[in-house]
Formats: sequence, C-alpha cells, structure tokens
Amino acid sequence: MALDDKKSRFKYVGTTPNRPDGVDKVTGKAQYGADITAPGMLTGAILRSPHPHARIVSIDTSAAEAIPGVRAVVTGKDFAPVEDQGFADIGETCMARDKVLYDGHPVAAVAATTPAIAKAAIRAIKVEYAPLPHVTDVDEAMRPDAPVVLEGRALEHVPAGMSQNVTNTCEFGHGDVEAGFAKADLVLERSFKVAAAHQGYIEPHACMASVTSDGRADLYCCTQGHFFVRAVCSALMGMEASQLRVTASEIGGGFGGKTTVFIEPVALMLSKKSGRPVKLVMTRDEVFKASGPTVHASIDCKIGMTKDGRITAGDMTLRYSGGAWPSGTIEMGAQAGFAAYDMPAVRTIGWTALTNRPKEISYRAPGAPQAVYAVEAVIDEMCQQLGLDPLKTRLKNAAAKGTLSSYGVTFDEIGMVATLEAAQAHPHWSAPLGPNQGRGVAAGFWFNFGGNTCVTLNINTDGTASVTEGNPDIGGSRASISLMAAEELGIRYENVRTIVADTASLGYNDNTDGSRVTFAVGLATIKAARAAIKVMCERAAALWGIDAEAVDWIDGAAHPSGPNAGKFPPMTLAEIAAQSFQTGGPIAGHHEVNVDGAGVSFGVHICDVEVDPETGHTLVKRYTVVQDAGKAVHPTYVEGQMQGGAVQGIGWALNEEYIYGKDGRLQNAGFLDYRIPVASDLPKIDTVILEIPNPGHPYGVRGVGETPIVPPLAAVTNAVSRTIGKRMYQVPMSPPRILSAIKGA
Amino acid sequence: MRYMTAETAEAASTALAAEPGLARVLAGGTDLLVQLKAGMIQPDLVVDIKKIPGIREITPEAGGWRIGAAVANAELKEHAQVKADWPGVVEGANLIGSTQVQGRCTMAGNLCNGSPAADAVPGLVAADASVTIVGPSGTRVAKVADIPAGPGRTTLAKGEIVTAIHLPARAPRSADAYLRFIPRTEMDIAVASAAVSLTLSEDGTVTHARVALGAVAPKVVLADASTIIGTKLDDAALAALAKAAESVCNPIDDKRGTIEFRTSTAGVLARRAALIAYNRAKGVK
Repeated sequence: MALDDKKSRFKYVGTTPNRPDGVDKVTGKAQYGADITAPGMLTGAILRSPHPHARIVSIDTSAAEAIPGVRAVVTGKDFAPVEDQGFADIGETCMARDKVLYDGHPVAAVAATTPAIAKAAIRAIKVEYAPLPHVTDVDEAMRPDAPVVLEGRALEHVPAGMSQNVTNTCEFGHGDVEAGFAKADLVLERSFKVAAAHQGYIEPHACMASVTSDGRADLYCCTQGHFFVRAVCSALMGMEASQLRVTASEIGGGFGGKTTVFIEPVALMLSKKSGRPVKLVMTRDEVFKASGPTVHASIDCKIGMTKDGRITAGDMTLRYSGGAWPSGTIEMGAQAGFAAYDMPAVRTIGWTALTNRPKEISYRAPGAPQAVYAVEAVIDEMCQQLGLDPLKTRLKNAAAKGTLSSYGVTFDEIGMVATLEAAQAHPHWSAPLGPNQGRGVAAGFWFNFGGNTCVTLNINTDGTASVTEGNPDIGGSRASISLMAAEELGIRYENVRTIVADTASLGYNDNTDGSRVTFAVGLATIKAARAAIKVMCERAAALWGIDAEAVDWIDGAAHPSGPNAGKFPPMTLAEIAAQSFQTGGPIAGHHEVNVDGAGVSFGVHICDVEVDPETGHTLVKRYTVVQDAGKAVHPTYVEGQMQGGAVQGIGWALNEEYIYGKDGRLQNAGFLDYRIPVASDLPKIDTVILEIPNPGHPYGVRGVGETPIVPPLAAVTNAVSRTIGKRMYQVPMSPPRILSAIKGA
Repeated sequence: MRYMTAETAEAASTALAAEPGLARVLAGGTDLLVQLKAGMIQPDLVVDIKKIPGIREITPEAGGWRIGAAVANAELKEHAQVKADWPGVVEGANLIGSTQVQGRCTMAGNLCNGSPAADAVPGLVAADASVTIVGPSGTRVAKVADIPAGPGRTTLAKGEIVTAIHLPARAPRSADAYLRFIPRTEMDIAVASAAVSLTLSEDGTVTHARVALGAVAPKVVLADASTIIGTKLDDAALAALAKAAESVCNPIDDKRGTIEFRTSTAGVLARRAALIAYNRAKGVK
C-alpha cells in the first residue's frame, strides 16, 4: 500500500460544512456544565474572603451545620497536603488554608438540599480574619519593602536581596545588544503598562460531582481538558486516576481560562462528605473575582534602528504578575516579544512577582500580547520619527526560513513575509481616512503547541466512521477532525461522527490549548485513519487472495496496486466494513503520540479608528486580519478564530481591565464595568487566510486560535496614537486616558 | 420574602408602610431583580404595582402628558405624540439597558432607584416634570428634581410610591435632547450625561432653557441656563454653557471615570445636547 505522508490536494478539507454540535446549540439542547443533574443532587455554594490578604484566625461552621438541609461543610482542613507543588497551588486557589491571598479567595463551602439553604448556610459561617498589608501592582510587589504574598517561593536563580514576591526571572536572546544600539541612528526606549484582562467566556465554571461510598467518583464539568482535571482532582482527593472518571460537558467558551480547576475539587469533597451528588456553579461575580484572568504587566522596551529602518538591536524587560502564586507565563512572553523579526542582537529579560490577585490562568497566547504590544508600539513610534512606512519597515526586518529567532529556535517555513506582503496588497492599507481617523498596523506571533494526544477511529459495519478523541471542542474541532477523517478514509463528512470521550475511554490528552487541537488531534486522527486503512487493505487483500502490500487505498476504496497484483474491481470502505465480521472482526485504527512540529504562526492586523477629540471616545471603524493558517481545514472556523481573537484584543486595547481599589478589592466584577465589546462597537472584521504549509503536519495545518489576539493591542494603540498625535503607553486606552493624552496632561 | 400584587395604590402604600422589615416596589423589576440575584438586598416584602388601574397608561393631561409609573420605556418610545413633544425624555429613557430591558423598565423605577447616573432622570428634570406620590398620609405632587436624595436614596417616605410622572405642556418651538457618555456604544451606564430643554422665539432666540446634568454629582444637577437664554446658540453662548455645566459638576473619581474627565465631558455633552435641542426646536431634522 502506498500512502503519501504529505497531502496537498483535498476533497473535503477546505470545505465548510455545518458543525455537528450546531443544531443542539441553537435549539438549546446542548448540555453545558450547569445542565448536568443527578438524582438526590445537592447544591453547593462557596464562602469567599472579602479581604485581599489576611490570616485566617478561625472558621466556625457550627451554625451552618445546624441548619436543616445542610449536608456537608468543607474548609481547607478537609484537603490533605499534596507533594506536587503545582497541584498544591491549584488546590489552595480552590480553598484557602492559613491565609487568604485575594479578594474572593474561597474559605469554606457547603452543600445543601436547596440553593436558598446553601446561601443561608454560607452566611451563617463565621470567619475571623487578621488582615495583612496587601499589594496588587507588579511594580509595587517587586519593591524590597512590599508586603510578602507567599514566602519561600522564589526559584534558586532569582538574585538575593529582592522582595520575596519575585519568584522567577528568565533571559532570552543572542548577539551583542550594546554593539547593536551603537550602530543605530535612533534608539528609543519606552515604558508600558498592560492591565490584566479576563477571558470573558459566556459560560461560568460549573460542575457536578458524585463520589460513592466505596471511593469511586464521577465528575462532569465544563473544561478545556478533563484529563488534566482528573490529574489535579485525583491528587487533591487522594484518589487513583482510574477511580475518577471525568466527562467534559459542552463548553461555552474557554480561551485558556478553563485549563485548570477552580471549583471541581470542592464539589468532589462536598460530595464525598455528604454522600450525595453535588452541583457547583459559579456566579459571574465569582468568575471575575476568583477564576484566572491573565497576567498584568509592566514593560520597558528599547529598540535601535537605522535611518532606513533596519533594526540593529532590541532589549526588553518584562515584569509580569500572575496573582498570588508563581506563574510561568513570563517565559512565553519573553520568548514571543521579538519573535517576528530577524535581529542581529536581541535580549529579553523577564521577571515575575506575586500580588494579591487571583491565580492567573492562560488567556489566548498567554504572555505574548503584552510583550508584542510593547515591541510593535515602539517600532511604530520609530517609524513615525524616522518617516518610514510601517509595513515596509517590518518587511525589512521580517523573520524568514533560517532566521535565528529571539528565543533560540531557527525557523523553518514560516509566513511572516507573506503575511506582511498580503497586508500591503490589501485595499484596506491604502484606503482614504476621514477626519479624526487614523490607521495602525501591528504584527503578532504565537508558537502553537502539539502535545499528548490519543485518538481511536472505528469503522462501523454500515460504512461510516466514529472518531473518539479527548479534547473538548471549543472552536469547531469536531467538524475539523471529521473533515480530516473523511479526507483520509475517502468517505463523506456526513458519514463521520467525532465525539469527545471521557477520561476512562482514551489515553491522556493534553488540554485544548496552545492552538493544538486541529493540528495535533488532526494529526493523530489522520494517523488513526491510516491505521484503519491498513487493516482494510489487509481485509481486501485476504478476500482477493493477494498480498496486502499490493493493495492501494484510493478515494475510499481498496484497489489492486497494479496489473501484476491481480484484476479486481475496487472494494469500497462500506463493502469491506460489511464483511468485517467474516474477515477478522471489527476494524479500528488507533494512534497515540506526543506531537512535535507545531508550526509557528504569524499575523498582521490593520486597524482604523475614529477618536472623538473632545471626549476620547474611540470607535474601531475598519479592521483587517491577515494570518497564516498553514492549511485551513474548515475556513469558516479559521475565520471565526481570527475575528474572535481580534475582537478580544480590541476589547483589551480599549476598555477591558481588572480595576483594584486602594482596599485591594476588585472594583468591577461584572460585565457592566468589565467592558468587553458589544456587537455595535465593532465593524465587520475582515480576514485574509494565507496557507503556508507547516512541514510538521500531513496536511500542513498550523494552529490558528491564539495568534489573532497578539497584534490588536498594538494595532489599536498605533491607530489611536496616530489619530490624536500623541503616543499612548498604557492598555486599556479607556476614554479618560485618551482624553488626558489629547489634553497633554 | 413575601410577594404581593397591589390592586390599588393605596393598598400598595399601606402594605409597604406596614412592613417592619425591608420592603421594595416592583414595577419593571430591572433594578430590583438584579439586586436580588446579586444578593445585594433581601427584602421581606415585594409589592408589584403593575396591576393598579391606570398605572400602565399614557394619557393627555392639561396640554401635557401623564405617564403611569409602570409604563415600560419601550411603550413610551412607540408613542408618537409623547415622542414629538419630548424627544429628549424618550431617548434618555430608551438608552437604559438592552432592547429586552427597555420592554420592562420604567422611568419611575429609574427615578426611584436613586442612581446619579439614571438615564431617564436628567431629561425629566430638564423638562421640569412632576410626580404624583401616594403615601400613608395621602396623595401629593412633587418635582422630579426633588425626588433623588443621593446615590441609592430618595426623598420618598416609608410607604410612599410614585404613581405617575407628569410632563408639562409644550410651547411652540420647544424641544429637548439627551446625551450620555459611555465607553461603548450601548449596554452601559452613563459616565456623564446632559439633558437640555429649550423654547425659541420666532426669530430663533432661546427664550427659555433648562439644562440638567447626570452622573456628575450625588444627584442630577441643573446648570445655569441663562448662559444661552437670549442667544441663538452662537459659539460664545455654547462655550459659556459648557463652562456653566462644568462649574456645577461635583463628581467622584471611580472605575468609570475621573473627576476631570466627567467634568470636561459634561460640558461637551451640554453643548452638543443644546445644539440638538435647538435644531429640533427650529424643525431642522
């Protein structure tokens, strides 16, 4: 049998069929986290700290326990310590032990027969706190005299003498930065602030846990990765992984925010103590206060450039805080910042510090939007000062195949140049602007992940196929995976059904994150289909009485590979499947792999804004996203990712931010004052999908979900700055900040 | 929590006055239900006033209009004559919330919620509107401007409910307008707002004007409208109006805006709203 590893002509991939979960979702039948129920189920509720930082002196739950209908009360003491530091930190975000570390930190939970009783029980719990000084800003947290959030958490390589809040530092780059600056005609250094933004998914965290008296458990939850949920929860509950089955519900958005747990261990413990199933659903207020936003950042960025626009060196210091626990996001930001450019000398130094905020969790290209924002804003200001075209200047410095990247990897086939050229050629770039309008452009980059993946593909006896995969579908991946299976098997898309199986049904699958699913699960599906095809070729060969090696798989059927192999009419998948019971039994393909080779992805965004010069009110008037998708498996969903990422970035650029008061409490825990864009705030987001194949995937697929949130912070900043004639150095650019810049304050 | 549907305003008032615990009036419920759901309040009694005869009706009255306290703002928007007389009042009322919310929310509820940022109130104050209040000691009439007492507070006594809003008769060549500043384009709360109601002489000179500002003080404030009376809204008059508006601002610094931003924006909005009202009064579309 002859199977080309690489494919470039497609029958199904690249078409845009309806998503298999669409009808259920638009008719309200889809089951989200809060829709799962069980007989005898109790309602859980969580008591949260009103203090940003305090020692828990005592918790008196006796009055709550005495309320009729209360079946269980849980505090930090119910959870045994675990060795794994990462799991221990996640456990402590779910339930405080000795100290509360942020406004909204859980201190106790109850399960009761009705929501009203659960609420009353929460109010009956008496907690005595000894308030401690708090710190919520990364720059303040790094000062040696800052209140210490957690002691003893700095990694060994963090220099002595710093605040204990500083837990990590990292450095990336190559070349002699000072020599590079010496060659520059213009060296510009600017400082920036980026507020923490929340992922803003529509569905709040929700789960239903049921623990039996013999120690087995089932957990249903909305998550981006139920295998990770099982790993954390089994560790925190002291269970074996095999005894905890986790099933992912449909998911109403995640954007990285559902790659950890916030309530699941609490629901399990409440169920264990009560002996009843327990449902726990966060309110929106709880989502904002106590589920991870992204890091907030303070950045210094220095770039040297020649008069004709060649970058000679770049040097950046990033200070990120991921809240009250150590965070690794700084490493990704520090690697991503300068990645779009071919630079002779580059250095990025990262610091991360603890603050009294909730534990950060991934948000779409975690760490990259902040770092890239600073780089793209400085480049834009330099282009203005030197009178250079911003796209031509970026082209002059664009990374290409063979470029030693800012983070040490030498790039293979990449789309940075093609993306810039497509932006240049787009009519948007040369369209006229109206009064009080300006245009900004910015590039962006994301690594994309591969990772652990396990897929089973079953050939059904009626000639259809079932794909069993383990990654919750947050962006139409069941459609994309079905398309790839259909393509490989040579049967119609409608004849393939892809389901997301529970943790007992497959080997470990990494989270749905890092833009990995279409790439990695797609790759494993293709390989699983090829394994099934191999079996089908063998079955056909046996029926024909020829060598299995002499059978080819073409367009959904087995063919003798040539005249010497024998003269037989093609035998279709349906025919082989129908005879499978007689030829050796059911037919399936399986593939498990830790996927490498996720191709990096670049995007360029063009943004037009109109600014009211008297109020600073800013409207995005036109927006274009150009991005390399490698191969767009389902172009409509690729477009959706590009538009969605751009919109989230626009919201962050203009209004979205975590606002803490002097009291250390979150001021805007709701969608009224945490302002994500509404539909009327936005123009149609235009998209250009480029396809520069990723050598690491049989169809050339690259992840597409995260790159589009990387350029908008700078694209909008550059547009606003050019409109008002003043540079903006803080995100979000809320109207008071823009008006203040206009007035020169 | 007990829920009661009142058949008369007097019955509602009696029940509210008799309740020893926390009592709340339910009209559209678009503030009350949010507060209940968020756990901000736990009332012992909720009195629904929507069944009181006439309370959902818009009726002509002394050349003006009587708007029942439970008239939804969307109903107001569909009333061509009220809209023709008081376009600013109607547009302010219909900036509240979403289309769904506008189908439930009421101007009286917006007034009695006591928010300094209430979108329906500056227009009513600029209109010099009144309310009828039914209470334990009978029925009284008060100016809308006298109802708010500060954030979340009103001058209504225990057991008193607003049953109707009265918009006065309109002189020829009169119009009003309302503008608010929000960071987005809808579904938001005013950071600063301005309502202007004015009347012109035949030659286009402003003969009467009232300018009310929202979200820039503990309650709606009036700006000195004499800055534009006797003018045809030339640039100097508009600049004087903006300055007058700024001078009465006493806002807070908060998550929604700074003192400086709110003050400056109130001036801009007063100026822009005056121009819109002026053009409307002149019949310019």
